[in-house]
Amino acid sequence: MEATITLYVDGGRHDLTVDTRTTLLDALRDRLGVTSPKKGCDHGQCGACTVLLEGRRVVSCLALAVAHDGARVTTAAGLAEEGRLHPVARAFVDHDGFQCGYCTPGQVCSAVGMLEEVAADWPSHVTEGLDAPVRLSDEEIRERMSGNLCRCGAYVNIVAAIREAAR
Amino acid sequence: MTETSQPRAVGRPLARLEGADKVTGRAPYAYEHPFDDPLYLHPVLSTFARGRVTGVDASGAEALEGVRAVLTSANAERLADTEDREFAVLQSEEVAFHGQFVAAVVADTPEVARQAAGLVRVDSERSPHDVVLTGDHEGLYRPGSEDGPASDTEQGDVGAALERAEVLVDHTYRTPTEHNNPMEPHTTVALWEEGAQRLTLYDSTQGVHVVRASVATVFGLELDQVRVVAPHVGGGFGSKGEAHAHDVLAAMAARALPGRPVKFALTRQQMFCLVGYRTPTIQRVRLGADRNGRLGVLVHDSVEQTSTVKEFSEQSAMCSRWMYAAPHRRTTHRTAALDVPVNFWMRAPGEAPGMYALEAAMDELAQACGLDPVELRVRNEPGTDPQSGNPWSDRQLVRCLREGAERFGWYGRDPAPRSRREGNWMVGTGVAAASYPHLFNPGSVARVRYGDDGRYEVGIGAVDIGTGAWTALTQIAADALGCSAEGVRLRIGDTDLPTASVAGGSSGTSSWGTAIVTAARAFRAEHGDSPAPGASSQASAAQDTVDEGYAVYSFGAHFAEVRVHADTGEIRVPRMFGMFSVGRVVNPRMVRSQFLGGMVMGMSMALHEESFRDPRHGHVANGDFAEYHIPTNADVGDLRVDWLEGEDPRATPMGSRGVGEIGIVGTAAAVANAVHHATGVRVRDLPVTPDKVLG
Repeated sequence: MEATITLYVDGGRHDLTVDTRTTLLDALRDRLGVTSPKKGCDHGQCGACTVLLEGRRVVSCLALAVAHDGARVTTAAGLAEEGRLHPVARAFVDHDGFQCGYCTPGQVCSAVGMLEEVAADWPSHVTEGLDAPVRLSDEEIRERMSGNLCRCGAYVNIVAAIREAAR
Repeated sequence: MTETSQPRAVGRPLARLEGADKVTGRAPYAYEHPFDDPLYLHPVLSTFARGRVTGVDASGAEALEGVRAVLTSANAERLADTEDREFAVLQSEEVAFHGQFVAAVVADTPEVARQAAGLVRVDSERSPHDVVLTGDHEGLYRPGSEDGPASDTEQGDVGAALERAEVLVDHTYRTPTEHNNPMEPHTTVALWEEGAQRLTLYDSTQGVHVVRASVATVFGLELDQVRVVAPHVGGGFGSKGEAHAHDVLAAMAARALPGRPVKFALTRQQMFCLVGYRTPTIQRVRLGADRNGRLGVLVHDSVEQTSTVKEFSEQSAMCSRWMYAAPHRRTTHRTAALDVPVNFWMRAPGEAPGMYALEAAMDELAQACGLDPVELRVRNEPGTDPQSGNPWSDRQLVRCLREGAERFGWYGRDPAPRSRREGNWMVGTGVAAASYPHLFNPGSVARVRYGDDGRYEVGIGAVDIGTGAWTALTQIAADALGCSAEGVRLRIGDTDLPTASVAGGSSGTSSWGTAIVTAARAFRAEHGDSPAPGASSQASAAQDTVDEGYAVYSFGAHFAEVRVHADTGEIRVPRMFGMFSVGRVVNPRMVRSQFLGGMVMGMSMALHEESFRDPRHGHVANGDFAEYHIPTNADVGDLRVDWLEGEDPRATPMGSRGVGEIGIVGTAAAVANAVHHATGVRVRDLPVTPDKVLG
């Protein structure tokens, strides 16, 4: 079964027809050629496919494209403005927050979304108290970024990058 | 012996040249090159471990709109050469392991391909299988070939030395099946052009020329009929060090459907059957010493598995041949061929499991002798290589141990196990040595061409799997040519470029860099310092750069602090420190990342990783990231590394040695030794999990 939907990806409008089984990730990669989000597990376990959907981080392999007709999707490619890297992406380069780079666009999107959550004082598992303002400690970064696996083991540098970008 | 080049770019912490492309996701991996009108392949895997396929009913699949082909052993092309039986895809009805390809669907969309694969009905005749490795397995044999390293070695009189040892440590250590799990699943996009008779593979591989050679052989093609492209690769850790069956299947499908690219990305689950893994090991280590901790005898016997399809031997006891002085020594390997998938390289094959066992045993010996574990290792430092008698080119183990101990804050600890408690947490520290041989792969060729824009184009078919080759090779080329890094335009990852060896065995930078230095010297000799645009030279690296009269190894020391919860057994690793000696460091920023990443994987080996092979069905029961655990960000604490400044001109013209693997070697022992110090519980089978600590 097919359905025609519209997606706004990194500022561009796309009308496309998808199999109703198509995930948002596959719609981006296979139908639109937007390959910034990566497929690492297709089960929501690794985070490589993380994008910002209406500004919030989601694993796009667990979203069905047909359920997001009209949605605004921002990938790591779309975070760059006028050819300039987003501050979080810049910090990943400066701190060598990646090696193979395959998890990286997901890490970057996740970090951008995460910093918004912190700014909104959303608590995490390691936050003391549910109502207090959230202070972005290394422990908070580690906890909040643990949905994004990195097999190269760049976590120390990822934390350093996010810490700097958040300043 | 050549002098090392005068470093100007080498040694600088340049950021990755492809960094902006990777953080935006624009760097194309195998699946992501732009293709017109691609097809999608989804395989059908055997659901039993041994037997034969008696029939395949593809009618349900073929009835689906959009299905272009269903490949089975009945209709697949006959391959030209299947001497390497891993590549004998769909060539017979025989099934040798759970997860073997038994059919494949090619369709217009990934959804239809996957649905159709589920509709293929496979009838089978199943035979009893054998998938469980035991220390006394009746099928154990001595692995290896004439030209490989010896499986067994013996020096002195081991039996007598064991009898007269004042202190004897005799334990068996086990490591489980582990899967490499690079973040980018193994992927091949294959295009067969019927008119040109040319096969192009966009492949996720550690060696484009390696894959080309295998695929050309299998299909009976000339090398120049096959092109393999891999500008960016999402990790490999050994599992992409050779072609695997999926490369053959993708190429086979492409040849059945000429003119349209066939995209085949394995699922994470399929990676647990088809792209290699680390064998489980059962290692008995015997250390006989005097009361002062001086080793008289060292025996390391390793039992491992391989597949019935082809042999791969892990060689886990090799490390015991060079680590410590002992007049009497024996190392052996025994292997059983089981009805399991083909095992292969996983980061530091041999050294990673072997040094866990040896370094855990050394910790037990230190305890038995009442010695500090750092001091025990210092006392057993060999003046020359115990196996060859050759002098060391640059053995810095003692300095790594001592400086690492200072930096970590090792000294002053109470050596008694279970002596430090903070609230409900038992706290301990552990140490282990690291080492990895310097490997150089011959046969790499590089080309230097002076471009119209005044930059030097340096081409070599090397691959950057995350190691930093794009940047490191640019730095090496800049120094070899006497220009700035900006004056070099590097091209890698394509068999259209000169031949390069595999990115494996921590040999890439050494082997490719040597070829680049050789080509740069040839270029200057042929074209001088003011070359004309278009001037070009090509040269191959010497057969071997390593000075034969020397034992050339890298060394290091790991220190770990662990906290174990007294009630739950939860194990945390708040601190680790690694001190290394690897010769000259080409790019400190990226070498640091390699060490950090290796140590994270070693900590993971200690605490997380284990593939459970179900003895009833022969498959890995926990084959995805939900159940095969690797560390998350929150699992890694204050992890630091440093290294000794130095250079080793006996290793390479750059003075460097490899760095990709030593970070994982010994790490698991440091963590497990720290767990023992914290709890008093000696866990001798990895991973160290809460149940084992509490039990």
